[in-house]
Amino acid sequence: MEKSVVFNGKLLPYVLLAPQLAITLIFFYWPASQAIWQSFLREDAFGLNSEFVGLENYQALFAQPEYYTAIGTTVVFSSLVTVLSLGVALLFATQADKNLKGASAYKTLMIWPYAVAPAIAGVLWFFIFHPTLGTLARPLRVMGFDWNPMLNGTHAMVLVVMAAVWKQVAYNFLFFLAGLQAIPKSVIEAGAIDGAGPLRRFWTIIFPLLSPTTFFLLVVNIVYVFFETFGIIDAVTSGGPAGTTTTMVYKVFADGRLGGDLGGSAAQSVVLMVIVIALTAIQFRYVERKVQY
Amino acid sequence: MSLRQFAAAAVVTATFGFAVSPAHAVTEIQWWHAMTGGNNDIVNRLAEEFNASQSDYKVVPTFKGAYPDTLNAGIAAFRAGTAPHILQVFEVGTATMMSAKGAIKPVYELMKDAGEPFDPKAYLPAITGYYSTSKGDMLSFPFNSSSMVMWINKDELKKAGVAEIPKTWPEVFDAAKKLKAAGHDTCGFSNAWASWANIEQFSAWHNVPIGTKANGLDGFDTVLEFNTPLHVKHLQNLVELQKDKTYDYSGRGSASESRFGSGECAIFLTSSGYYATAKSTAKFDFTSAPMPYYPDAPGAPQNSIIGGASLWVMGGKSADEYKGVAKFFTFLSDTNRQAKLHQESGYLPITKAAYEKTKADGFYEKNPTLQTPLKELTNKEPTENSRGLRFGNMVQMRDVWAEEIEAALAGKKTAKDALDSAVARGNAMLRTFEKTAK
Repeated sequence: MEKSVVFNGKLLPYVLLAPQLAITLIFFYWPASQAIWQSFLREDAFGLNSEFVGLENYQALFAQPEYYTAIGTTVVFSSLVTVLSLGVALLFATQADKNLKGASAYKTLMIWPYAVAPAIAGVLWFFIFHPTLGTLARPLRVMGFDWNPMLNGTHAMVLVVMAAVWKQVAYNFLFFLAGLQAIPKSVIEAGAIDGAGPLRRFWTIIFPLLSPTTFFLLVVNIVYVFFETFGIIDAVTSGGPAGTTTTMVYKVFADGRLGGDLGGSAAQSVVLMVIVIALTAIQFRYVERKVQY
Repeated sequence: MSLRQFAAAAVVTATFGFAVSPAHAVTEIQWWHAMTGGNNDIVNRLAEEFNASQSDYKVVPTFKGAYPDTLNAGIAAFRAGTAPHILQVFEVGTATMMSAKGAIKPVYELMKDAGEPFDPKAYLPAITGYYSTSKGDMLSFPFNSSSMVMWINKDELKKAGVAEIPKTWPEVFDAAKKLKAAGHDTCGFSNAWASWANIEQFSAWHNVPIGTKANGLDGFDTVLEFNTPLHVKHLQNLVELQKDKTYDYSGRGSASESRFGSGECAIFLTSSGYYATAKSTAKFDFTSAPMPYYPDAPGAPQNSIIGGASLWVMGGKSADEYKGVAKFFTFLSDTNRQAKLHQESGYLPITKAAYEKTKADGFYEKNPTLQTPLKELTNKEPTENSRGLRFGNMVQMRDVWAEEIEAALAGKKTAKDALDSAVARGNAMLRTFEKTAK
């Protein structure tokens, strides 16, 4: 017979949970509720006078054509960054998982970019691909390719996507590698004995077994691209040229920090929050069904 | 740690502790600034000199990041009740600061309350006008001021067969075409600070308004109006020349100034504060010239306006602390100190006496480059259109204007549509600001 220990106290579970709950409340719910409250106010930057204006900030927001452009830009930017950073990381991880000489050095080096702050990563890419100063932009121009992210919106988008992907690949790589190493070798060997080639083994055995990791990373990456990329965009393009790289989160940052329009900026972050909550819910509802744990 | 070591350490600590703290309390004056590189050294040196000159106050400078970061740090600190005494704010943050009554202490009040000698007429009006009320009361203390000038690579102009430094825009376009023909494929001429150059300075220099109410100096109910035929013509010219890179866009800030220093662009409009960098990087004979103008525009050239930053005194401090700040400002205004600062850094002198002294010393004969911005600023008596500008939300508005200029240069909009849209979007921002700034 199994013995089970039962704690009768009602208080103990709450005490044990308290630290985690406190952190969640202080660092997540409190700022989020502040943002919601702020979005109903009109306030000057110094907070000297504030006035309750109801939904006026939201009305002003949805009356701006630039906001809809930013939503479109966000869709393009976030799809590209998520797909590319997951794809590239998976490719690197499968290669690093092989028995290679110097594999551990390679793995260590792969992780470094994650330690670089987004703004610094942005500045690096800004200088590498600066039309006239850039070490890589110059050869491009010499070859006759008119590389000009300062005026060409597509070039600017390519640049911020590259910078954002570069930054995130390291993180994804780490998780994919761990996921790959957790797959039992016997399963793969069994597949090999049955005559499945490397590609077939990957798609029918490895990829499905890796799906919990992939799903986790998908959620994390979408949160990353929606909330954390403004530093990169600020450093690389400042949302330009002509607003072609102004994503929703960059606009929150620009309107709040540069424009001092806290109410409008808060309204945008509430919209962003709702979108990300909805996206995550959809992912858990539909994508997770296909995940094999 | 043994007892003896501990005792020795304690003695050392005690000795130094007493040595550092003087007999009476020193009032600390916090000064947050945004100066990097050589300018950072100047800030630190000024503080050291002031601290050594007296023993009642100690100015403590702290670097807080780029201009927008410093402004935001100041705002956030004010909201948290820990604002510094002195906050360096760039010129476009002026409206934001002056509308924050209660958050700031106007300089003219500060000097009066502290009983420091202060004569507003001693300062150059072209500079202090930007930071004063329409009645002439000085709100913030000008620190580093500059204006926009045209930098010229004399060697390359000679090679391209341009005999004289161009004075007007048509002459600049001609020179740029010759430069391009002589091998400057990627850039005939260019400018940094897209909005500052093509809208703000351009309007003042041609004596046309950027907005009503004397460019906002006379009230926050100002309306933008820089979509005049003259503005459209200029932008249209740039759009045409961008197509084959006779003109090539260089972005919203100063990051591309190196295009001049590297020799790529032989004609480049940017801040006069670029002097120190040009001197250290350019391996050719260079000079600065006044900004070009359209000869058919009546009254052009008028006078240029300043850029740079000023020192704001934050509100809610004690009388003693204000006394210290006032003494520091008097210290900064000293003629010899101003003249030296100007000659070393390339910043404009803020007092008339310092300007006269530098002239009398014969400094400009050897360094004519440094006089160009002063000649521009004092070219004519400032008008309503050229005294300065004061628009709320200006930090972000500059970006919005630049976005529209970029749209025109990329061929997505016509010059007229771009400027109309810049005006409309800017006006919407002004109205939002007007509602919050009561």
